Amino acid sequence: MDVLLLARIQFAITIIYHFFFVPLTLGLSLVVAILETIYVSSGKEIYKQLTKFWGKLLLINFAMGVVTGIVQEFQFGMSWSEYSRFVGDIFGAPLAIEALVAFFLESTFLGVWIFGWDKLSKGLHVTTMWLVAIGSHISAIWILIANAFMQHPVGYTITDGRAELTNFSQVIFNLPIFSHYPHVFSAGLVTVAFFMLGISAYHLLRHNEIDLFKPSFRIAAIIGVIGTIMVGVIGHTQGQEINQTQPMKLASLEALFNTENPASLSIITIKNPFTDELVLDLRIPGALSFMEYNRFTGEVKGINQLQAQYEGQYGAGDYVPPPVITYWSFRSMVGAGLLMILISLVALFIDLRDLYEKYPWFLKLLPFAIALPYLANTTGWILTEVGRFPWVVYGLVKLEAGVSKAVTSGMLLTSLIGFILVYGLLISTTVYLMLKFAKAGPAGALEVPEEFTPSIVNPPESQ
Amino acid sequence: MTLNTLWFIFIAILYTGFFVLEGFDFGVGILLPFLGKNDLQRRTIINTIGPHWDGNEVWLITAGGATFAAFPNWYATMFSGFYIPLFLLLIGLIIRGVAFEFRGKDDNPRWRNLWDWCLFTGSLVPTILFPIAFSNMVRGVPIDANMQYVGGFFNLLNPYALLAALAVALLILLHGASFLSIKTTGEIEQKAKELVRWLWLLVVLMLVIFLVTSFIITGVLQRLNVLSILFPVLGVLAVLVAGYFLRKGHFGRAFLMTCLTIVFVIFTIFTFLYPRVMVSSLNPDWSLTIQNAASSARTLRLMTIVTLIFLPIVLLYQAWTYWIFRKRITNDAGKLTY
Repeated sequence: MDVLLLARIQFAITIIYHFFFVPLTLGLSLVVAILETIYVSSGKEIYKQLTKFWGKLLLINFAMGVVTGIVQEFQFGMSWSEYSRFVGDIFGAPLAIEALVAFFLESTFLGVWIFGWDKLSKGLHVTTMWLVAIGSHISAIWILIANAFMQHPVGYTITDGRAELTNFSQVIFNLPIFSHYPHVFSAGLVTVAFFMLGISAYHLLRHNEIDLFKPSFRIAAIIGVIGTIMVGVIGHTQGQEINQTQPMKLASLEALFNTENPASLSIITIKNPFTDELVLDLRIPGALSFMEYNRFTGEVKGINQLQAQYEGQYGAGDYVPPPVITYWSFRSMVGAGLLMILISLVALFIDLRDLYEKYPWFLKLLPFAIALPYLANTTGWILTEVGRFPWVVYGLVKLEAGVSKAVTSGMLLTSLIGFILVYGLLISTTVYLMLKFAKAGPAGALEVPEEFTPSIVNPPESQ
Repeated sequence: MTLNTLWFIFIAILYTGFFVLEGFDFGVGILLPFLGKNDLQRRTIINTIGPHWDGNEVWLITAGGATFAAFPNWYATMFSGFYIPLFLLLIGLIIRGVAFEFRGKDDNPRWRNLWDWCLFTGSLVPTILFPIAFSNMVRGVPIDANMQYVGGFFNLLNPYALLAALAVALLILLHGASFLSIKTTGEIEQKAKELVRWLWLLVVLMLVIFLVTSFIITGVLQRLNVLSILFPVLGVLAVLVAGYFLRKGHFGRAFLMTCLTIVFVIFTIFTFLYPRVMVSSLNPDWSLTIQNAASSARTLRLMTIVTLIFLPIVLLYQAWTYWIFRKRITNDAGKLTY
């Protein structure tokens, strides 16, 4: 197989795997910080138990996020070295700043939080979790700033065959970041909400520690309603931004083959891959124009016209992201999102009216609904990244120009198989541990003695 | 001093921070299966580095990110050229990182043993790979006129690189054992102290051989300056003083000296490199340097400001964490976190 294809497969697998853990860390670190804050300010023991229980699941998740994140930072240089040479002057800075400003913060203070229960005052201890949560979010912002440059390069000039920085504030305040970070932030809320709803429902059904899981359920339902609605509203504005920055991505995800005004929204479009004929094409007239311009008229460009335009602009080549991937990942994301709005509202309703006993089937459903945010998170990024095809940096670097020259397909195959094996074993282990501790409940989380007195004795220097 | 030189120094500092800090927790990880006879002892050993290892590892991430930002061509040539070693490094760091979190989550002795060996392997692999990578960069590797590495994997396993790996691995072991000797009590403390005394002579020997070989092999003799003599001398001096403190029974001070030894060894390598960042063995003109590998002056200036603000802050709060967890860890199951 050729180097480019292997490099793409490896990047896709490792980044999807990495982003499996990121949204939960973003959401759960905030929730744990809030729970511990309530414990510190109210002194109620129950919130300490909640902090420890959800904190333990956070730690398992966090560890996976950390180790898979290092792979991403190294992989730019390893398999995409020519890309790295081209963008390093701009793209390297946010990555370095992320490590220096955010990653140090979260990693250092997470260690203090884990080991510091008896060594710090309550106020200081909860502060360390806030620093972890803030660090994770600053980290997300810098990574998204780096990604925004790939989606919509700004603040640069081409000198000696590479992109050089001209305006850093343009790079930081790049258009996509204003929808991407809020989108990821609210996706984090949705993920933690469904994670907590599922686990809480499991225990409520079995009448385990109801005094702990009812508050968890309520907090999760509230976060779920806020998060799912937020993500929808932001997603809507993001669609309009894509129309400006990457019209081909929009045309592809809508399977809009020809320019329309007013443009129709596809309900379902199926194309025969062999004959290229449309088998089924159900569309709502004018609806896509409304999504893009908030009125029922307005031109949305089609795949065929854009392809012709780009050939004129960038030379011959294929500029169409595979519509099967973008179209269906978009619909999976939005479908999961709409379903989650509904589920969150029902969950909140059940909690407010205390209808837990009345609708056990709904509670039984919730543990399975944990899959929904993961589906939406993954397909959302697949859409964002695959939709940029054939560019690594939109309009500047094509995929084949970014891949490493010093790397052979044998090397890539070795690492690809290695990562798949290790990641496969780790995801099984993580799921096993998550299930074990989620099912065990807070009693399980307290297996580790919570109050341990400082381990003696002599400070390091005295022998 | 030019911005490019300043950034060369920053990168050296970041790698130094990584080797000094993660160095002792790599050392502890390698010693874990040998010094910890039972589960309780192993837990004690892991708990000595438990609060710190993750923060220590970020020094590497930052060094990698900073190389990308300040010297994109260095980052690109090194990471794509050393593809297989870096892949092995990543696998090592992955199994090591999760081992800390997973080990204690099940009581099954086989489960724990598995993660102990992951911790061991994940600590040993980087300890060997980093000196191999750095010694090759300073010795010279096949880099063509287009900054592409054209050698294979086995090119990297030359005698000089293996010597570097052996010397540095022993130094890291000494570093880790000294750390354990000041962070534990009882049997582990005794065994660590014994090991430190035993290792010390070996480290001195290998370090001197490595440094002398480096003078010959890297061609630095033709371009000697004050620093390229000063740093290796200070490195040897530091390890000798460490021996003095060991004899006197001052293990804390001996640990400080192993820290300093590592600092001077890294500084030596970087001084030998300067002003190149990766030496080409094919043609000296094809070497990557602090000029041709660097980012634009604007980016370097920007990164300088960010680094001057945030690096001191990081140092302050990391120092604080070492102060918080300064006490020794005892073999008391009830008092262990991991």
